Amino acid sequence: MEMILVPLERMDYWYDIDPALPELRSTATRARKWILRSICEAGSGHPGGSLSIVEILTSLYFRVMRHDPENPLWEDRDRFVLSKGHGAPGLYAILALSGYFDEEELVTLRKLGSRLQGHPSMNKTPGIDMSTGSLGQGLSIAIGMALGARLDRKDYRVYCLLGDGESQEGQVWEASMAASHFKLDNLCTILDRNQLQIDGPTEKIMSLEPTFSKFKAFGWHVIEVNGHDLKELLRAFHEAETYKGKPTLIIANTIKGKGVSFMEGSLKFHGKAPSREELDQALRELGGEA
Amino acid sequence: MEWVLKNMRPGFGEALVELGEKYQQVVALNADLSGSTTTAMFDSAFPERFFNVGIAEQNMMGISAGLAATGKIVFASTFAMFAAGRAYDQIRQSIAYPKLNVKIVATHAGITVGGDGASHQMHEDLALMRVLPHMTVIAPADYWETRKAVLKVAETPGPCYIRLGRTDTPLIYDDTYDFQIGKASRLRDGEDVTIIAVGLMVAKALEAADVLKRKGISARVVNMSTIKPVDKNMIVEAARETGAIVTAEEHNMIVGMGSAVAEVLADYEPVPQRRVGIPDVFGESGESEELMEAYGLTVENIVENAKMAVSMKR
Ligand SMILES: Cc1ncc(C[n+]2csc(CCOP(=O)(O)OP(=O)(O)O)c2C)c(N)n1
Ligand SMILES: [Mg+2]
Repeated sequence: MEMILVPLERMDYWYDIDPALPELRSTATRARKWILRSICEAGSGHPGGSLSIVEILTSLYFRVMRHDPENPLWEDRDRFVLSKGHGAPGLYAILALSGYFDEEELVTLRKLGSRLQGHPSMNKTPGIDMSTGSLGQGLSIAIGMALGARLDRKDYRVYCLLGDGESQEGQVWEASMAASHFKLDNLCTILDRNQLQIDGPTEKIMSLEPTFSKFKAFGWHVIEVNGHDLKELLRAFHEAETYKGKPTLIIANTIKGKGVSFMEGSLKFHGKAPSREELDQALRELGGEA
Repeated sequence: MEWVLKNMRPGFGEALVELGEKYQQVVALNADLSGSTTTAMFDSAFPERFFNVGIAEQNMMGISAGLAATGKIVFASTFAMFAAGRAYDQIRQSIAYPKLNVKIVATHAGITVGGDGASHQMHEDLALMRVLPHMTVIAPADYWETRKAVLKVAETPGPCYIRLGRTDTPLIYDDTYDFQIGKASRLRDGEDVTIIAVGLMVAKALEAADVLKRKGISARVVNMSTIKPVDKNMIVEAARETGAIVTAEEHNMIVGMGSAVAEVLADYEPVPQRRVGIPDVFGESGESEELMEAYGLTVENIVENAKMAVSMKR
């Protein structure tokens, strides 16, 4: 049944020797630092769920997606919908590092008059394809974009990033049904499976498991990866691109607050800015050059 | 004016625990925001009567309706955006229409949500809830009014929407305050104009009255905390006795409390009215106070509009 055009073993080999990997890793570290600096400067925001998606965004924007920072509205660009809109600081950092705007602008996050709203706003920020923030709506929008591409006979792909707590919203499952019904193989969704939502672990609040077989039963091609391993992510994105007839869901197993010891797996840093001291410690832990 | 600030949300959480002790039928629901909405207090006290449905507000309203249909007194709570906004149809079809005993307590309403920005700033909830038959709509001005209103609605069968803010707000009342559904309270006497306010604009209205007094204008101040059923007598009396009205609310100027007042004036006692509220635009990120300033929710704007209303008198 599965149609994978490039044999997995060869992909493994290729990504192992990808000369860009160390560079991607340092891009991810720089993004983490900007996330922390911008949220600290804003005094509010969501560090945990921004840090968990850094490798996902790095692979998408620096390796996988076809896009042009000089031409954010390029018709043929791949689209990205951050359905878990509170991860905005992560996306802003990656957009800045990609060249959509100056890195320095990142510290205007959440300030009055800033282009960088608390949640993504497509009419304000170059590089943002959809306004989000109210959870559970992004996948439907991504489906609309994928259908639009099909109608226009365009070959761009659509990527959508979902939160795991977010996937408790009913609309996510209405959309899941539709994506496979419409056989949208130009759509790839990533589930940020960091196991936490605001009130506690997802499995304690409203269990999602078994996520793999749920999405499979809804007609998706499902891949499970370590969401902080760039090689695994790149391989999964490649597999998604070559898989025909179904949309692909990548379950990215991640750690909320990844990269900062006192934020990893912490409920407290879901929606709380680090203090100056916490920021300093976090930046020290992340190391690398500024 | 020297205000003592206190967050109104714990007024809800504490009253809910009190109700839980008093009535076995009281149950509470939440959608992954039990800390911010303060329903975590009820969870600690009565875990068997607390249901966290996860991030699924529409489901929460449906489950609330079902519980109410079995005779429970149901308190369902989340942010205003995800209650009145996300779950509007479930509220309409499954709570308001069948007139079920569900009390929706919606927190983080209005522009003072701050940094989260437009996606989270609910400026339309009073409008959406006010147009629903059977629905009682209340927006308390402070901690004490919140507490008293929550206790009162539990004893009054039927659907109800209570709107709370995020920030700490000035204390207007104390423990002696007797909240009645549908009864506005007159906080300041005056003869030239009446400022009718709601929520955190009540404190601004009182400050505006002080400024106006120094300018020789005597302003009455009314807290219209029940938006529906609106206190017609209080509005008509104010219109007759002061001849001019200013309304002030942290809500879209369209169809909010100001419009409810205008409807009463149009029907019974047409006098000049000016409305202070959020213009018909989406909000944005910023600090609460900065945003209040940027969107005209200020003492100065109330004062200006009061002067205008007075000058419009015939
Ligand atoms: C419809 C809706 N309900 C509630 C919220 C408030 N909220 C913001 S983030 C969040 C938890 C999200 O959990 P998850 O999707 O797991 O995100 P992550 O762990 O990646 O931060 C909630 C409940 C919201 N933004 N939208
Ligand atoms: Mg999560």
